[in-house]
Amino acid sequence: MAFINYYKILGVSKTATEKEIKASYRKLARKYHPDLNPDNKKAELKFKEINEANQVLSDPENRKKYDKYGEDWKRGEESEKAQQQYQSQNRSRQQDFSDREYSDFFESMFGGRASSRQSHYTKFKGQDYHAELHLDLKDAYTTHKQLLTVNNTKIRLTIPAGVENDQVIKIKGKGGEGLNGGPDGDLYIKFIINNQTQFKRDGNNLYSNVNIDLYTSLLGEEIMVDTFNGKVKLKIAPETQNETKVKLKGKGFPVYKKKDAFGDLIITYHIKTPTHLREKEKELFKELQKLG
Amino acid sequence: MENNLIAITTLCSHYEIEFSFIDALRKTGLIQIVIIEQDQFIDQDQISELEKMIRLHNELNVNIEGIDVIFNLLEKEKELREELSALKNRLRLFEED
Repeated sequence: MAFINYYKILGVSKTATEKEIKASYRKLARKYHPDLNPDNKKAELKFKEINEANQVLSDPENRKKYDKYGEDWKRGEESEKAQQQYQSQNRSRQQDFSDREYSDFFESMFGGRASSRQSHYTKFKGQDYHAELHLDLKDAYTTHKQLLTVNNTKIRLTIPAGVENDQVIKIKGKGGEGLNGGPDGDLYIKFIINNQTQFKRDGNNLYSNVNIDLYTSLLGEEIMVDTFNGKVKLKIAPETQNETKVKLKGKGFPVYKKKDAFGDLIITYHIKTPTHLREKEKELFKELQKLG
Repeated sequence: MENNLIAITTLCSHYEIEFSFIDALRKTGLIQIVIIEQDQFIDQDQISELEKMIRLHNELNVNIEGIDVIFNLLEKEKELREELSALKNRLRLFEED
């Protein structure tokens, strides 16, 4: 357990006045407050640090104790042991946050939440939880149910088809327990879609490349091509040019929360010219060249 | 719809805030108040935003105009984050070649 320099965290000297501590706390809080930094874990941790530092240094009793034992807090811990035991017996049950509100250092010195003048922050919404859910593109193609365990709570989640990479959904009230009767926090799930398929996705549209040989591109033919959910027959027109794009309507990705709506599949033809020509072929191509 | 409405008086006592604060938020257009037979209500969908406004006011000493500026900037930031995410996804189309 490392010693935490609360003065350094608040950027004030050991001789700072209450007013200076308060001003510094306000300034840092305005910078790192979670409401001003949504989805920013670093800011959230920083805010907890400065909050903790403020709870100690803005309370004369806590500050005195911190100054007295300071870096040698272990010795102080011994002498305060009896008092802490009493406090812990009388303290209401602590919340079961995955990210604890206070550092080990703080809890060893002050036994959990400090007696503080900050108690006017009464009802406080519980902590918002953030989780990432990794899906394959194939999973995102169909609506399916998934059982998640977040902080020992099982949540049955229906993931609608068409969910986007980096998309975040909010599950109300599934975050941390509210403080002092405040509402529970929310659970935010961010989807990370891994794509191991031959298809590339842009919104609801899918893209793929199809290689065709020179003769097919010149003379035309029917070929079978892969779509995301099966094969379809495609007629290649004679004299098809390289990089020609064909749109297969409704063969793309499902539209999020829109029943039976799909994007398009855009196929790009790549013409592969023959290699290792035999003498006879070379002669024939030369004749064609003369004709051209 | 009325089931989703919460009386302003209930909110004021629950969050320990003055009615004048709620009224100032309304005048700035930050929240909408529904009046039914002289009683004032707020839709519960607005509660989480209202809580954020109360926290900004109580914990950071931000006044109503400041809250308005913050909400506008946060909205813009959200739009930019969404745009960035969409662009990153589009970029993957070219990166995976």
